[in-house]
Amino acid sequence: MDKVTTYSEAIRDALDEEMSIDNKIILMGEDIGLQGGVFGTSRGLYEKYGASRVMDTPISENSFVGAAIGAALTGLRPVVEIMYIDFITLAMDQIVNQAAKIKYMFGGKAKVPIVIRTQGGGGKGNASHHSQSLEVFFCHIPGLKVVMPSTPYDAKGLLKSSIRDDNAIIFIEHKLLYNITGSIPDSNYTIPLGKADIKKEGEDISVVSISYMVNKALSAAASLEDEGISPEVIDLRSLYPLDIDTIISSVKKTNHLLIVHESCSRAGTGAYILKEVLPDIFDYLDSPPVILGGLDSPIPYSYVLESAIIPSEEKIVNTIKKIMHNLIKNK
Amino acid sequence: MDNNKTTANNKVNKQKSSKEKKDSKSEKIPDNLKLLFLEKMYTIRKFEEKVKELFSLGLIRGSTHVYIGEEAVAVGACSALASDDYIVSTHRGHGHCIAKGAELRPMMAELLGKETGCCKGKGGSMHIADFDKGILGAVGIVGAGLPIAVGAALSSKYLNNGKITISFFGDGASNQGTFHECLNLASIWKLPIIFVCENNCYAITVPASYSTSCTNIADRAPGYNIEGIITDGSDVEKVYIAVKKAVDNVKNGSRTVLIEAKTYRYEGHWIGDPQVYRSKEEIDYWKTKDPINNYKKKLINEKIITENSYTLMTDKVDKLIEDAVEFAKNSKFLSADKALDDIYTSNDFMFRS
Ligand SMILES: Cc1ncc(C[n+]2csc(CCOP(=O)(O)OP(=O)(O)O)c2C)c(N)n1
Ligand SMILES: [Mg+2]
Repeated sequence: MDKVTTYSEAIRDALDEEMSIDNKIILMGEDIGLQGGVFGTSRGLYEKYGASRVMDTPISENSFVGAAIGAALTGLRPVVEIMYIDFITLAMDQIVNQAAKIKYMFGGKAKVPIVIRTQGGGGKGNASHHSQSLEVFFCHIPGLKVVMPSTPYDAKGLLKSSIRDDNAIIFIEHKLLYNITGSIPDSNYTIPLGKADIKKEGEDISVVSISYMVNKALSAAASLEDEGISPEVIDLRSLYPLDIDTIISSVKKTNHLLIVHESCSRAGTGAYILKEVLPDIFDYLDSPPVILGGLDSPIPYSYVLESAIIPSEEKIVNTIKKIMHNLIKNK
Repeated sequence: MDNNKTTANNKVNKQKSSKEKKDSKSEKIPDNLKLLFLEKMYTIRKFEEKVKELFSLGLIRGSTHVYIGEEAVAVGACSALASDDYIVSTHRGHGHCIAKGAELRPMMAELLGKETGCCKGKGGSMHIADFDKGILGAVGIVGAGLPIAVGAALSSKYLNNGKITISFFGDGASNQGTFHECLNLASIWKLPIIFVCENNCYAITVPASYSTSCTNIADRAPGYNIEGIITDGSDVEKVYIAVKKAVDNVKNGSRTVLIEAKTYRYEGHWIGDPQVYRSKEEIDYWKTKDPINNYKKKLINEKIITENSYTLMTDKVDKLIEDAVEFAKNSKFLSADKALDDIYTSNDFMFRS
């Protein structure tokens, strides 16, 4: 039997299910106890599992992330919450220099099974310190995995897999997704990390996206269908591991590629994805691949300015039309 | 910058608390433990002298920080731990590893970058570790070890396995945010951890007297509602007694402790350091407090050793170190095709058929 839940409940359910079967899992973060997290993602877990497993931390990001790493090294499986991805910069030393490298620099003799859950993205007027998309920082670091679900179903299945994974995982939620609903099966399911999902099949162009941008790409695709253009929308679900195969086979079918992401374009996600797939798709492309990312700017407060920085549905539609239009012109 | 060199002469005796005096009398250390102290300190000194030699020959590369002069701290502290207790080390970690029971062969092989090294040659001096011995690794980022140590203590508390963690760090590290965050975390969570600050008077070239807002780093402890203790880091027995007492207290549920061991590094921060920041007189003063020479004299006075038995011990250790060097030299480097191993628990992550 399927049930309808919000994205935030799906996260909560994943934590609950995993905690109930493995008492090595502990949660750490600011305001996650009685409050259940400022986005409600641990609601009820403090009451159910107690203060020793659902730990409110002081505002000491670098040290409580480091403590989670130390606990992971010595037998626990901590899931840490960083309230806003903007605050993760305080913990970069522990994430980049410790979590990502411990296994390697100690010759494979240690592991750090830790999930760092955080939340990013703009669209709510939270301005420059509460709206960033910093995922590409972590894609750059060997030793980390970067997971970014776009639906309640994916959020639950991917979080459960992340918790069971023995590597250090940066699990990035999007603030605009917490209240969206979706149906998820009652059964115990997981989704393997690194498998993209074709959220909408199409014939004319492959639109590769992740996190909240998938929703915008889907709306854009729906309106383009009315105009006779059929985009295929691929939700990567994780940036590392990256499902290169799914992108390649889609482009082989559509012969066009658009990558849409919210983070800044400079040295960004799109460049990374393109570098991974270009050698395999080059001969199949009928037009230059296009990257539509956020503009290279801090996220401004005003609605008008913020909307100008983050790719909109309209921008996606226009970009796709331009790609297809140039093609018609060139023929 | 006010490089006040004279204040680097940590006047330990004047700062000694009355508590410490009482404790050092009450604790009786067995003779065999005293012998072990001496042997371990000597092993560290000889190991480090060998490291310097191999470095100058180009066999050891990169950043290598030796522990000469500070041996009493690691040996005194680690001797108060059980073999499965944890330590988290620093960039100056060889002494901690030897004191905690790491074997010389894989340590030396690691420094030479060989596949038989404790980290297969991927870590080197600054990331030396031996998880089987509870050594959760050295860190190259000053102050980064404290959070990891807090985490190890958190897991021991959660798993209720009775293990204690020692977090080693320097005077320089005590100015990092992690020091303050971690004293607070350990205090509010009542963790089984002991913070051991090795105050060797300098962070590279900068004297603690200049960089640190208080006379003693231990003075920072009360702000976190934990006890701060100063001990003579040149005296292995005093360090041992201070740490042993802290271990017993923490095991019995008291709050964690910050122990500041006043010590000194005899060598430069790195090999070839011109040492413009300190005087020969200052170094000479600290050499009168040599943790090994003085302890040897003490044990001779106490009739626990003789010149003869001391020589037998040093010959044995010298041979073990030569053996470790030979082992390391004769070992192979991990082949280049293994450079990308050990990044993830399985390497097959990019999905490309
Ligand atoms: C975060 C960071 N900043 C600077 C350095 C460079 N550095 C290496 S050792 C050191 C001094 C550390 O002093 P202390 O903590 O007293 O340890 P000691 O070397 O005296 O044992 C510095 C500044 C570093 N490795 N990490
Ligand atoms: Mg120092």
